[in-house]
This record gives sequence, C-alpha cells and structure tokens, in this order.
Amino acid sequence: MAEKVLEVEHLKKSFVPGEPVLNDISFSIEKGEVVVIIGPSGCGKSTFLRCLNRLENIDAGTMKLYGENYEREKRKIYELREKIGMVFQSYDLFPNMNIMENLILAPCKVQKRKREEVIKEADQLLKRVNLYDKKNDYPRQLSGGQKQRAAIVRALIMHPQILLLDEITAALDPEMVREVLQVVIELAKSGMTMVIVTHELGFAKAAADRVIFMDKGYIVEEGAPEQFFENPYTDRAKRFLESFNYGTVDKQDRGQI
Amino acid sequence: MQDMGIDVLFKGTNFLRLCQGLWVTLRIALLSMAFSLVLGFLMGMVMNVRNRFVKAFCRFYLEIVRIMPQLVLLFLVYFGAAKHLGIDFSGEYAAVIVFTFWGTAEMGDLVRSALVSIPKHQYESGYAIGLKKRQVYLYIIIPQIVRRMLPSTINLLTRMIKTTSLVVLIGVVEVVKVGKQIIDSSRYTAPAAALWVYGLIFIMYFVICFPFSRLSTLIEKRYAEYK
Repeated sequence: MAEKVLEVEHLKKSFVPGEPVLNDISFSIEKGEVVVIIGPSGCGKSTFLRCLNRLENIDAGTMKLYGENYEREKRKIYELREKIGMVFQSYDLFPNMNIMENLILAPCKVQKRKREEVIKEADQLLKRVNLYDKKNDYPRQLSGGQKQRAAIVRALIMHPQILLLDEITAALDPEMVREVLQVVIELAKSGMTMVIVTHELGFAKAAADRVIFMDKGYIVEEGAPEQFFENPYTDRAKRFLESFNYGTVDKQDRGQI
Repeated sequence: MQDMGIDVLFKGTNFLRLCQGLWVTLRIALLSMAFSLVLGFLMGMVMNVRNRFVKAFCRFYLEIVRIMPQLVLLFLVYFGAAKHLGIDFSGEYAAVIVFTFWGTAEMGDLVRSALVSIPKHQYESGYAIGLKKRQVYLYIIIPQIVRRMLPSTINLLTRMIKTTSLVVLIGVVEVVKVGKQIIDSSRYTAPAAALWVYGLIFIMYFVICFPFSRLSTLIEKRYAEYK
C-alpha cells in the first residue's frame, strides 16, 4: 500500500456554535492520488480545503502530514504551508509584482533558495504551462486562464507534497477552463498528490482516482469515479448528479402555459 | 515712468528674506508630514484592530481633529500649554505638534481605508505559499496600499503647506508674515508694494505645490492602468 500523505480524523468545524460546517470528517490521501470533492454550494467543501492548510482553525479532530500532527501547531504551520500548496478561485496573484516576481517570492524569502536557481526553475515551469513569454508581464495584463496557470506554477515551485485546488475554474470563461484543467491533468499524470474541489463533472471524471461527495458537512459518498458517476449508491448523490442534466423542453407543452 | 513698486521685491535683502520665510513654511510642513507618515501608518493599523474601545478612541480622535479648526488647535497648544502646563513651546514647535496631530489622524484614516480595500485573498494566498505575517505585509500588502494612498497623501501634504500660513497668529515668522513686514516698512516709499509682494508669495506657493499635485495626477493615471 502506498504511503499516506495526509490523514484527517474526526475533523469538526463550525463558524456559528451549533451549526457545524464540517461534521466529523475523516479522510486520507495516498501519494500520487487525485481526490476530487464535489457537492452542492455551502456543503463545506471549500472550508474543508481551507482547514487542511489551516487558513481556518478547526474545532476538533486530528490532521497529519506524513504522520506528523499539525492540527494545533502555531509556529510550525508556516513550514507546513510550504509543503501544502493551494490555489484559490479568485485570481490571487500579487498585482504589485510581475509574474516572475510572484513566482520567486516565496522560494527566495521562505525557503531561502538561491535566486538564480529559482529563476531557472520558474523558467522551466512557465514553459510547461505556455507562459514563458509572459514572465515579465504584470497580472493585470494576463487573461483569467493565464493568471490561474501562473498561480498553479507559484504553488508548484515550492515543491509541495500535496496540492489543494479550490474551485480554480469557477470564475473563468469556458474556453479558459479547458487550458487550466489541461495543466491540472498533466500534473495528475506526473504523479502530483492533489485534492480538488470543482463543479466541472467532466473534469472530475477524467482526473479523479477517487470522488468524494459532500453535503451539509458530511461525506455522503466516496468511491471510484466510474462507480460514482454511473451508479451512485445514495439518493442524495443521484439527485445532485441529476441536477446537472437539463431535460429537453417538450414542445407540446409550450402553448399550454 | 511711475514707480510700479516691483523693485521693492529686490531692494536690500527683501527677496532673500521672503525665501527664508518660505523655508520656515516648508520646514514646518515637511517635518509635520514626516511625523504624520510614520505615526499615521501605526494609527491606521491600530484603527483596524477589532477591539471596541480602541475603535471608539480612534473615532473620537479623528472626529476631534476634523471638527476643530487648525487655528483653535494652534492656540490651544501654544497658549494652553504655556498657561496651564507651564511649557513654553516656541511657535514653530507648537505648529509642528499641531500639524502632526492633524496629519496623523488623516493619514491614519487613509491607511485604514487602504488596508480595508485589499481583498482578503491577497493575505490568504500569501499565507498559502508559506509567508509569515510580517512578510505578507512587507512584500504584498504595504506595497499595494502605498500605491493606493499616494495621491491622497500628496493632497494632504499640499493642504498642510497652505495651512501653515496660520502660524503667523502664534508669532512664527513665515513667508506671509515676512511679506507683511516688507509691505509695512515700505508703506511710504512704495505704496503699491502689496500687490507685488503677495503676487510673489502666490507664485512661491504655486511653485512648491504644483509639482506635488502634478505628481499625484500622474500617479493616479498610472494606478488606473495598473488595476
């Protein structure tokens, strides 16, 4: 059995006392695995990701990265965040720096790596996502899809052991969704461990090793993508998947309304 | 040809004296602004603290500064300190205190609103790549708020330069006062001097303030592109 990268047990979180957002979530992910979390809005999936790198504090439960607990650590959390990369829905590049400066900031300031070496790696990564010619541009000069690809590179250059993607295509035009998801699929192929929250079911099917369906702060169903999308066990998941199908309008009914 | 009075400006050391007066004006304004920048930054950070008492106190301070005319503040510090506290400030000293008191409040409010205008995800994406709080502020937040604040900061500076003309009333001899002295002393030899002296003072203020306000428009334009 492959090594477990992240293990979460009995995670609980509420913003308002008595109204839990995450209810006793247990979860683990193996090295190289891609887990896709789907579910209706407000089901707690984004909060779950934010808890994983401690942008939100948790109420109860344990979290381990390579067997090391980190759910309470105050000081070590900064070191841990180097190892847990995260990309958000909003294009989150720093507008006061050009793309290259955005990329090398954390490796130079946090990991204290040599500037030349980091720039070399940034060049390679930018070539991989077709952004090499944009390296001296500012974020405002880039399209949404380009910004999001740059944000992925900014997370990758830290050499994270796991990457969290929080609805990274939700604010993009359909055409740009594709160019960003292509990058993510490449990453999946290269063996990156990832937890992905998305509304793109087609992409979920293509990229996931395992699908988790959440609702109201619980993990309702969990399984292989083929199983989940073709024949989900629970009624709740069935209803959710059906909500993505629009029945064709029955022309006969039209005149009667 | 009739004497127009323009030569008053260049008689004896008149022009030099006006320049010295201008320097007093500038000294007070720039010194106060320097203090205001530093204290205002701290003030702005404090104003964003969630504590209710701290918030109420800041609000109170800001309102006092906004409601009180600067002249009243000047009198309060200059005469009030001497009478009730037995502290004898020089006029210039009192002026710097008052302008700093005013500038800190205004800067603080500018910094506060600039901080609020930075989206939350800017902080979060900083934390997400492992930056510490200090680094997030230093590399990401402060450069952004400085850019946002520059135009209104320069505006405050030019307002401060102009408002220094009040300090004559607590006995500081700055450019306007020097002008008045020159006019008074040449009342009989050159009755039309007032026009020229005040005209020159007008130009002096303009020469100082115009570059600043040009700069602020330029920055505003660049900032519009930068968004």
